[in-house]
Amino acid sequence: MTEKFDAIVVGAGMAGNAAALTMAKRGLKVLQIERGEYPGAKNVQGAILYADAVEKLVPGFRDDAPLERHLVEQRFWMMDDTSHTGLHYRSEDFNEEKPNRYTIIRSQFDRWLSRQVQEAGGLVLCETTVTELLTDGRGRVIGVRTDRRDGDVLADVVILAEGVNGLLGSRAGLRERPAPENVALAVKEMHFLPRETIEARFNLKGEEGVVIEAAGTISRGMTGMGFLYTNRESISIGIGCLVSDMARAGHAPYALLEAFKRHPSVAPLLEGSEVKEYAGHLIPEGGYRAIPKLYGDGWLVAGDAAQLNNAIHREGSNLALTSGQIAGETVAELYARRAAPTARALAAYEARLNDSFVMKDLKKYKDMPALLHAGSQNYFLTYPQLVSKAMQNFVRVDGVPKIEKERRTLRSVLAARSLGGLLGDAVRMARAWR
Amino acid sequence: MSTETEVRVEDKLYQNRYRVDSGRSHIVVAPHETPPPELLALVTICPARCYEINGKGQVEVAHDGCMECGTCRVVAEGSGAITWTYPRGGYGVQFKFG
Repeated sequence: MTEKFDAIVVGAGMAGNAAALTMAKRGLKVLQIERGEYPGAKNVQGAILYADAVEKLVPGFRDDAPLERHLVEQRFWMMDDTSHTGLHYRSEDFNEEKPNRYTIIRSQFDRWLSRQVQEAGGLVLCETTVTELLTDGRGRVIGVRTDRRDGDVLADVVILAEGVNGLLGSRAGLRERPAPENVALAVKEMHFLPRETIEARFNLKGEEGVVIEAAGTISRGMTGMGFLYTNRESISIGIGCLVSDMARAGHAPYALLEAFKRHPSVAPLLEGSEVKEYAGHLIPEGGYRAIPKLYGDGWLVAGDAAQLNNAIHREGSNLALTSGQIAGETVAELYARRAAPTARALAAYEARLNDSFVMKDLKKYKDMPALLHAGSQNYFLTYPQLVSKAMQNFVRVDGVPKIEKERRTLRSVLAARSLGGLLGDAVRMARAWR
Repeated sequence: MSTETEVRVEDKLYQNRYRVDSGRSHIVVAPHETPPPELLALVTICPARCYEINGKGQVEVAHDGCMECGTCRVVAEGSGAITWTYPRGGYGVQFKFG
């Protein structure tokens, strides 16, 4: 192969598809390379899709894309071993003409988005692993080497949308391998149930859906969260914890998932379901401080490979779509001006990302990952247990005067976490949140 | 409260679709007499339980059920205890739902 393209995109996930679609629509000759049998074959997500980011790429996507349910309710659960304390937000406002968030099934959605790339003229090559980046003598990226026979392909620019592991980039010395404290390992199962059963169990009608995000003793003191999302005829359930915590504590990920599934608040929701898939995947959790170099001579990196994930708001797919789109726009504009994609020219990518919600949000929470990591025992074990105890004291009627109950609650809080500790945590949290 | 013994990972993986690249492992464990701690950690942390301790107390990998998450790479590649790459194009796990 000596064919030359205007741009090569590595990976057919959210970021890669957004980049490839953006460039193909603007008339660039695009080659997109995916190692899976089909786009989505290697991709795992909870998964929630944020309409805003998709709408900017495919305005009429709602008529055509494989969407599961639009979300009308968000439940946050703080869990101990036998209870959950919930904060639920449900609003009829979310039953709007153009809903804001949807649950999706990634392998279906990715195939759909990839079809948009192909219809726009992009060439998508699956079952092909890119093994290294080709560079000229001066370190400029000029193409990729694949594991196909005679598999070198040249391009003016390569967009790396290779996912969280970012193997190509770290092999080429563009960035480090993700550190164990900057990635979470999430395991997930797909539980199938008749749609009427799901709608009855979650108080839903039609295409309405619910999200449950859960934290507490389910992560056994590690920085981590559980999730449960309703799809049309299935429930996605999973749990993720920082790899560094998991390696140190010696917990098996599937054991955490089983315990979460067996929790008395969760088990009835899954009862009678048929499991059809078990998946494991890493999630970037390092936030702003873990973002690597985003561009160089002849290359850009987007999505999970650039660690663009908002762990606090559980947003990733929108950051991937938007960063991929901005990467594609940056390249397309250089192409239109017949300007070479030098590092200097591609710096526009970072500047535009900085102006977008992607970097603004990540910057806002830049101190949160370290805070949650350092205080994981308190935030994920002690506080949930205290909250549960306080709630039980509050609602249980047993002849003990309320004033005595309040004293007991206060004593248990102070015994578990001193006044200084409480205030310190509050101040640190407020600072990191700001 | 160990639940590990009750969880059969093989049963979970049985639901998944794989195109196994037989005889060509994308993960290689470096030869060792006694396993370093980061290698031992993989026996527990690998979500597909690809790592096992053999009769001689050494850690071995079987890549068939690998979900290519990269956790072992993050934990143990830095020290040289394993080398990790992606399977050849078209091989390995093919998620039906993801």
